[in-house]
Amino acid sequence: MAEQSFKKGVILGLGQDQHGRKGLKMKRVIRLRVNGEEREVLTESHRTLLEVLREDLGLTGTKRGCDLGACGACTVLIDGKPALSCLTLAVRVQGKEITTIEGLAPEGQLHPLQKSFVEKGAVQCGFCTPGMILTAKAFLDEHPHPAEPEVKKAISGNLCRCTGYVKIVEAILAVAGK
Amino acid sequence: MGERFSVVGQREPMLDAYEKVTGRALYADDLSMPGMLYGKILRSPVAHGKILHVDLSEAQKVPGVKGAISGRDIPRKKYGIVPMAKDEYALAIDKVRYIGDEVAAVVATSLEGAEEALSKIRVEYEELPAVFDPLEAMKPGAPIIHDEVPNNVSAQIRKEFGNVEKAFAESDLIFEDDYETQPVNHAPMEPHGALAVADGLGRVILYSSTQIPFFLRRNLANALDIPESRVRIVKPKVGGGFGQKIDLYAKDFCAAFFALRTKRPVKFVYDREEVFVCTRQRHPMKIHLKTGVRKDGTILAQQFRVVADGGAYNSTAPLMITLACYFIMLPYRLENLLFEGYHVYTNKPVGGAMRGHGIPQVRFAVEVQLDEVAERLGIDPLDLRLKNAFHAGEYHPAKLIVQSCGFSDTLVKAAEGIGWKEKRGKLPFGRGVGLAGASFPSGVSNMSHISSGAIVKIERDGAITVLTGAADIGQGAETVISQIVAEEMGVTLEAIRITAADTEITPLDPGTFGSGVTLRAGNAARMAARSAKEKLFEAVAEKLETRPEGLEAKGGRIYVKENPQMGMSLQEAIKVYQYSDRPMPIIGRGSYMPPAKEPTTLLKEDGNFSPAYSFMTQAAEVEVDTKTGRIKVLKVVASHDCGRAINPMLVEGQLEGSVVGGMGQALYENVITEKGQVQNPSFLDYGIPTAMEVPSITSVEVETDDPEGPFGAKESGEGTQLAPAPAIINAIYDAIGVRFKSLPVTPDKVLEALTKKR
Repeated sequence: MAEQSFKKGVILGLGQDQHGRKGLKMKRVIRLRVNGEEREVLTESHRTLLEVLREDLGLTGTKRGCDLGACGACTVLIDGKPALSCLTLAVRVQGKEITTIEGLAPEGQLHPLQKSFVEKGAVQCGFCTPGMILTAKAFLDEHPHPAEPEVKKAISGNLCRCTGYVKIVEAILAVAGK
Repeated sequence: MGERFSVVGQREPMLDAYEKVTGRALYADDLSMPGMLYGKILRSPVAHGKILHVDLSEAQKVPGVKGAISGRDIPRKKYGIVPMAKDEYALAIDKVRYIGDEVAAVVATSLEGAEEALSKIRVEYEELPAVFDPLEAMKPGAPIIHDEVPNNVSAQIRKEFGNVEKAFAESDLIFEDDYETQPVNHAPMEPHGALAVADGLGRVILYSSTQIPFFLRRNLANALDIPESRVRIVKPKVGGGFGQKIDLYAKDFCAAFFALRTKRPVKFVYDREEVFVCTRQRHPMKIHLKTGVRKDGTILAQQFRVVADGGAYNSTAPLMITLACYFIMLPYRLENLLFEGYHVYTNKPVGGAMRGHGIPQVRFAVEVQLDEVAERLGIDPLDLRLKNAFHAGEYHPAKLIVQSCGFSDTLVKAAEGIGWKEKRGKLPFGRGVGLAGASFPSGVSNMSHISSGAIVKIERDGAITVLTGAADIGQGAETVISQIVAEEMGVTLEAIRITAADTEITPLDPGTFGSGVTLRAGNAARMAARSAKEKLFEAVAEKLETRPEGLEAKGGRIYVKENPQMGMSLQEAIKVYQYSDRPMPIIGRGSYMPPAKEPTTLLKEDGNFSPAYSFMTQAAEVEVDTKTGRIKVLKVVASHDCGRAINPMLVEGQLEGSVVGGMGQALYENVITEKGQVQNPSFLDYGIPTAMEVPSITSVEVETDDPEGPFGAKESGEGTQLAPAPAIINAIYDAIGVRFKSLPVTPDKVLEALTKKR
């Protein structure tokens, strides 16, 4: 039913691989800088950043909620700004700083937002959480002392079905207050 | 409140919150195994049709494809979540019954390969006339959707309590109205998925995003036609369910089927469109409600005719319609009720259990009508409800045993919180307040898995291991159960190690539905903890030369209640036990059977519906933009009697989520179909509330300490979604003088109504 063909509409060059597959089905090397590390992936040009993160790099923290850019669960930071990885072609973000939830804080530590989400009960099923936290982080980086309506607007692209957003907003404001 | 308890009643963060905030939590689609195959399902493009021919040959030729099946390749075993209402096959065999019905499945070494193979499957259908309206479906001559149900009414009840005719005759005023509710999708953020691994000996492990591991095992084994013991269900982290993950789905069946056949791990994950169309939704209902009252506001009788649009299959049909019937008789005293309910097949997406399960719809009708009654009688809506409020221990016409009931308190507190006296009828045009009451069972029994079991093991280092079948889907079941065990054992929460929801290792539990986890699994865990504790007490009592009955476990110590100095630390106690040559390990078992009957049984014989009942009132303040018709919910005060909040922070979380979901139902959400085709199967067009729509939500607890609940606890997961919609609708009436009787109340409806008023 849902077709992903629109993402496959990018054909980069001609040429064939040994199976006789042309153009977009040919694999190429993509170099991504993820969570401060250089990663190299051999994959097709049409693959999304979400697919590459989850399937090739084993970073499953970024979630697939709708694959259409409507729910925000796939949010990552690209050069510090939130981006929907399900709508981003992996080839297009070579050379940029990609941050996923796994790279938000150094190993063994927690970013204040992560700590706040835990303590304030802003996490229930947790599926929207990685995207939500990254969006919040980018927002607070730009607006360190926001009012509540501004926080709500900032996360309005991250859907949550469990919490009703109340404790999420509280958790973000608690970090902003510090 | 919390002083006599150390862990119960504390705002403990969820145990797995750290995993979730760091991205380490693993959900079904995060799991992967070497050699894994990817599966996709082919779905019917027609709403009703005979399957004449399925040609898989081209699909099988696609490179990477390792298997392709259709209905003719699977065992002819029907299944369904309610044993008496089984009407589905994993893949349609002779007929398809809605657009989206499963017809074939393929597995391949890549998802793309599977998609390509899918596009090469040729199916020939003979289209049949379809029916989309339940009232049409009930008429003679309507297309028959399931052969065994010639009138398309697959579940039907007619139940009378008291004498309704007599009561209507005695009434001073009679009200008669029609109400209508829409289909709503649960929209959990995590799409449904499953990964199956076969062991080569005919046994399969299924990691499934499910709320009901044990029912899933039972139904899957049945559908596969293999013994139950050959199926193991392991629940990974689940990204929300709300009732939508309470069924065996094609993804579970196909993953297991192909894993057994190909001997490779197989993963099936639905995309968002499939979640919107091909899983479950809340049953739309047409409700006709007649109510008889005395001039003084006493409700004498109610008569309901409910037609629930079931879609193409049953799912929980008989259970849902029974719930709708019984929960009209709480939270108000109602001695005379006549309920006629119909669950009707249509060629549309399937209705199933969704937070509240049939009760939100009837609750909407009752609460909105009550406000109308109040107005006509010249009685304040709050006072009318207080007058008719049920109280604990009162005689109940359906023989429900209500041991704790804080409903009146919740009415008073919610009204106070919203500023009822100052605001109702007194705010400027466009602003208003409204309220609604409700009650919900703490645990609904579904035939065949009713009791819950737990095992508690005291480790040598003082840690306490808990094995429970309970399925945490994000509500915090594992945390709450751990708190209960920690309290019973007298240790801190950090001492608890919990393993849950693996049908091979953890004891049976019915699962997360009917809002019974805290009560059922919590009680079982408490019993198991007590049993382990008692074994320890025996050894300690011997050593201290005292009676085990006089001992207590608290603060990491075991001591004599009357003489706390006389005791020892838990660690020492374990050593004492060991050195007394008693058998290790120290294990306790608990098994809890709720003192309640399975709901449909109650239609024939009297009995209690649920071990306990929660009560709540929600009050809302709204603002209507009369130019655009947009409604903004400004504030909601929710007062909830959940007996005792084992974890107040988690209870608030349930409440807040429920209120926002209820608001979605009241104002924004609607699965729109046109000739059976869902028009808005994506988040872009389906209005689930975002953070911008959220009102200020205040929660006011009422504690009634129920005798049946663990530490007095009752449910707080579903009852919380019964009152938000009617409270908002009642507030809209106060704001603009329009009483809406159908949901959702969209801006165009508001503008139309305002125009009519002028």
